Amino acid sequence: MSTSKPLSLCEWSCQIYDYPANRQKRQLSWEEVSDHPLKPLVVTVIESRVTRRTLGGSTTSSTGSSTPTPTLESLAAALEGTDPLTHFARQEMDPLSKMAADMWEPVPTDQRKSKDALLDDVIEPWATRKSAILNKFTTSEKLSIVTSFLSGGEKVVVKAQSSVVDKVKNRLEQLDDFEEGSVRQMMDLTQQEYMHRIEQLNQELVQAWNHDQRVKALKIAIQCSKLLVDTSVIQFYPSKFVLITDILDIFGKLVYDRLRTKAEYYIPGSKTPTSLPESFTPDMVPESAKETCRNWFYKIASIRELVPRLYVEMAILKSYSFLTSSEFSQALLRLTRMIRGIGDPLVAVYAHCYLCRVGMAVTTGDREYIKENFYDFVASYNQLFSPSVRAELNRQKVDLSTYLTLYTPALDWILQGVAANAPEKLLVEILTRCKEKCNNSALLLNTIMAAFKPSYIAARALQFIEMVSACDEEGFPQYLLFRTLGLCLALADPPAEHRLQILNDVWRVVSRLTDAGHYVSCAEVWIQFAVRHFSSREVNTFLGDIIRHMTPERAYEHHYPQLQAVVNKVLTHTRDFESLFTMDKFLPLLDLFQKESIKVEVCKSIMDAFTHNNVQQEPTNDPVIINALMFICRVMHDSVNALTVDDEKRQIGNLISGFVKKVDYGRDFEQQLSFYVEARSAFPNLDSVHAQLVQSVNRLSVETRRIVKGHHTRKTAAFVRACAAYCYITIPSITSVQTRLELYLLSGEVALLNQCLGQVDACLKAALSLVPGLPRTIEVDGKQRSSEPYLISYLCHFLSTLLVVPDSPEQGVLYLTRGLLNVLQQYAWEPTSNARCVVYLHVLDMLSAAAQETYLYHIEKVDSNDILYGSDPKFISEINKMCSVLLEEILSHLKYLNTNEQFQKQASLAMDLFARVVIRGDLKEPSMTTLAINLWNLAHRHGHIDPKLSCVEKARTLEYLKKKSMQPGGNLYADLVKKLHMQTS
Amino acid sequence: MEGTVNLQLSAKNVGIFEAFYNSVKPIQLVSCTLDVASPGKIPAGKTEIPFEFPLTPRPNRTLYETYHGVFVNIQYLLRCEMKRNFLAKDLLKVAEFIVEYKASSYEKAVPHPVNFSITPESLHNVKDKGRIPRFLVTGHLDSTMCCVTKPFTGELIVEHCEVPIKSVELQLVRVETCGCAEGYARDATEIQNIQIGEGNVPCGMAIPIYMIFPRLFTCPTLSTSNFKVEFEVNIVVIFQDDHLITENFPVVLTRY
Repeated sequence: MSTSKPLSLCEWSCQIYDYPANRQKRQLSWEEVSDHPLKPLVVTVIESRVTRRTLGGSTTSSTGSSTPTPTLESLAAALEGTDPLTHFARQEMDPLSKMAADMWEPVPTDQRKSKDALLDDVIEPWATRKSAILNKFTTSEKLSIVTSFLSGGEKVVVKAQSSVVDKVKNRLEQLDDFEEGSVRQMMDLTQQEYMHRIEQLNQELVQAWNHDQRVKALKIAIQCSKLLVDTSVIQFYPSKFVLITDILDIFGKLVYDRLRTKAEYYIPGSKTPTSLPESFTPDMVPESAKETCRNWFYKIASIRELVPRLYVEMAILKSYSFLTSSEFSQALLRLTRMIRGIGDPLVAVYAHCYLCRVGMAVTTGDREYIKENFYDFVASYNQLFSPSVRAELNRQKVDLSTYLTLYTPALDWILQGVAANAPEKLLVEILTRCKEKCNNSALLLNTIMAAFKPSYIAARALQFIEMVSACDEEGFPQYLLFRTLGLCLALADPPAEHRLQILNDVWRVVSRLTDAGHYVSCAEVWIQFAVRHFSSREVNTFLGDIIRHMTPERAYEHHYPQLQAVVNKVLTHTRDFESLFTMDKFLPLLDLFQKESIKVEVCKSIMDAFTHNNVQQEPTNDPVIINALMFICRVMHDSVNALTVDDEKRQIGNLISGFVKKVDYGRDFEQQLSFYVEARSAFPNLDSVHAQLVQSVNRLSVETRRIVKGHHTRKTAAFVRACAAYCYITIPSITSVQTRLELYLLSGEVALLNQCLGQVDACLKAALSLVPGLPRTIEVDGKQRSSEPYLISYLCHFLSTLLVVPDSPEQGVLYLTRGLLNVLQQYAWEPTSNARCVVYLHVLDMLSAAAQETYLYHIEKVDSNDILYGSDPKFISEINKMCSVLLEEILSHLKYLNTNEQFQKQASLAMDLFARVVIRGDLKEPSMTTLAINLWNLAHRHGHIDPKLSCVEKARTLEYLKKKSMQPGGNLYADLVKKLHMQTS
Repeated sequence: MEGTVNLQLSAKNVGIFEAFYNSVKPIQLVSCTLDVASPGKIPAGKTEIPFEFPLTPRPNRTLYETYHGVFVNIQYLLRCEMKRNFLAKDLLKVAEFIVEYKASSYEKAVPHPVNFSITPESLHNVKDKGRIPRFLVTGHLDSTMCCVTKPFTGELIVEHCEVPIKSVELQLVRVETCGCAEGYARDATEIQNIQIGEGNVPCGMAIPIYMIFPRLFTCPTLSTSNFKVEFEVNIVVIFQDDHLITENFPVVLTRY
């Protein structure tokens, strides 16, 4: 054992292979199987006593259905019996389409349920409307609450306590405050304060309930609903309704849940009481629970005032299900009639609305009462215009049209309930009813259009237009009617022969609107109709009209969202972009967006539509489109500045890159390149665009080569050189070092492919000079990682290219490789890592490949070093010299590792080097053999390689060497093996 | 066990002192005493002693439903007394129980519909005829003879009205009459007021009249030689200027 002996320095000499001789087809031995290797191990037992097969297949049987192999056992177990492929194959549907199927076809458990689901689809849920109402109906007026349950509010009574009498009185008042009964009025609340107070009431209610103060909870509910009588700030009423009915809903739910859980129900056959199941029938409810329930209703029936009595009863309507199952429809009809007693039409209509909402939650099928509710409103329609209402509006300084819009949420909801799945004749019935009772009220027309199926409306579009035009000017704004009609027609197409007339009729009225806001809200809707059904000429006229209306007094500044919607609708429904940009009004429309951020948004959506439009898969070379898109992209690009967030940059970069990819001039390569040049000058700030441009130009260059089949004429040669030059000068403007490295290498390779040797040198040199600048950490999958593994793999790629790059006559032998080695030498590696040596090992690989007589691969029409030097001994010795230097470096690193006691790293590195020496080195040189043996010893000296692994490794290595020694001229290996055996034994 | 009718005179009809002292002697309807357990020791722990009474009225009396009014009270009590030896006090516990008519033995409500129409001309008790606005309120009650457990129903239509209406209300009034030595005392109490129209109700619309009788304050109409409990419903229309018009309907309540 010569372990203490220092590793001798030695001269490397490369082994020269005879590639053609060795190039025989090697193949792993294979055998035919009849079964899927991952198939689950099926145990078939025919005669259970005789042939019981275990999973491992240790016993054999005559069934022979499967031949399980022991090694697969664990795998199959891990896959729970089936491998994923067969598993999926066995399922009828893949999980995604199964999910989709589940979503589209809800499997109905019973008939009724599916019907409900259908109805629920038709009726927009209340929750979505709620927020819309809260957002729409706001006020800046001061509000007031009358309640006794809010503490901590501002006391109204603040006076100077001058006399003793006053003091006593004040004390007494304060005492009174602690009693529930004292009602106080809170004045001068802003909307926020008001909403806060109501929320407070809500919490108070829940708290009272949880503290078993149910009477107090009921009182709060009553007081809340009392607030709904008050219409003093009328614009806020719908929002108030939403807030308060929320509280009432909670109250109703509390009552219901408590009744349900407190009811002691004996499951047939069991003696312990449980609470009622979710779906119970009245005969399951015990008498005591019914009594409690009746008590609630009695209590509520004695509420003095009408509105609170109605609302609270509606809130707990669901609890009727404890009494009888047939009660609902009677109760609903009774409540409907009782609402007639409410004089204020607004209060009444919202009470109707709440009733319908509650009713929909408790009943299924029966919707007669909703119609009843609607007709009640129709019957009392004239109340809306009664002198007392007008007087009130005057007092509050609210105009009639605003007042009428307050009705829409409630009416929409009611009529939606009527219209859900209703037959067409109901529409006719309701229309005639409205005509006779309320003389074509615009308010009702609007609701009808919104509620019924768009297809019904679309079929009668002309009739509706006539009615809408006939609506009187006073009252409900006409433009809203046209807007609603437009929304219907966007969803359903009217008969083809009417379309033009519809558009003309509507636009005759709409274009006369003077208020820009009214106009644009119609235009936003109707543009879709125009784009879908008419040619670009009509759309162009339409857009022109929009511009004409929006320009005066810079009206567009206030309507950006609507205009944006116009553009989006045009985009989604336009088939070809050519027609879009040939419209002379489209770009002027874009000019209306004068606010930078909005303009960029619009441009983005245009580009998005352009790149993602399915019809537009094929590339374009239309100069009009390209010019227009260029303009749009420039707008986006120019919006990028130092403050732009990364994600925004990425989005814009992707969109512009998408555009660059779409432009294709076909065979006109010159034109294509000049487009890329133009693009580069137009978008100087975006890395991703530059990277895309370099890629595109490289692609162009390769394409050129493909067309001339490698035989460049003078002209094409000049063109590909121009391409290479383009790349070379574009890459430096990219900031990311990593991207630059890759693009340089890629461009170098493309240049090599096109026989532009000077450009290859330039690119590769540039890449090498960049290597030191590579940051130590790079981001991989959003995490910071060391850049070392990346660098190693990059350099390997680099080396494989270097093999075929011929040396420049002006420079020395293998000067690029030398340059690479210099860079490696100076690169600040992590001191303990093996990275540098790993790269050195790869360089060894590459150099020994370079020493061969003919290389393994070539670039067509490029003479690599094997041809240039023809295995000149000088060249070979130069390579060997370089190898020796590398060897020395590696050995010194091994020593360094030794001193640092990094034995494990040392062992693996030594083993790697051993492999290189044995395979690449010329073992005829005795020094090489010695070196190999020493390395072998070093690798196993400290036993830091995992003993089990090292055994296998050792055995495999030896086996490999033995195999080598069998081949002709393998006696060298035989010697080595012998020596190694000696060492290890 | 005992059942009594207590009659209290209102201070309105007789003097305050008389009302205080001269409360009419209670009328005993039923009285019965029995030993539930013979003398002896009750073992420690919970002991349940079963008992039963025949619920039959005293001679010349009939049983009435339990009723708690202001001046008339009909109450049935169970009084349990435990006599103990002379060292300890006797224990006493009183519990009320409710008596209701049986379905079979008493008269049933027979529908007895009434139409009404209120106009300025139909009003009595008006001081200044000239100040009354023109109006017409019509409607009907489904029955003036009602079962206490069923709602009181009907319809009301404001056909036209000169001044805005503030509220339309139903007032349920109970009339208790006590006979005593000095004649009889009659007292009316409002026991429930239900609003059926709020604000300026739309003209020509049929507004439902719907009221549930409060369980605690109503009982079937009673008419005996010593006392009476009767009910009336008032329809009250209040105008914006707080003037009000009332139409009175006596109603008969039954248990079934």
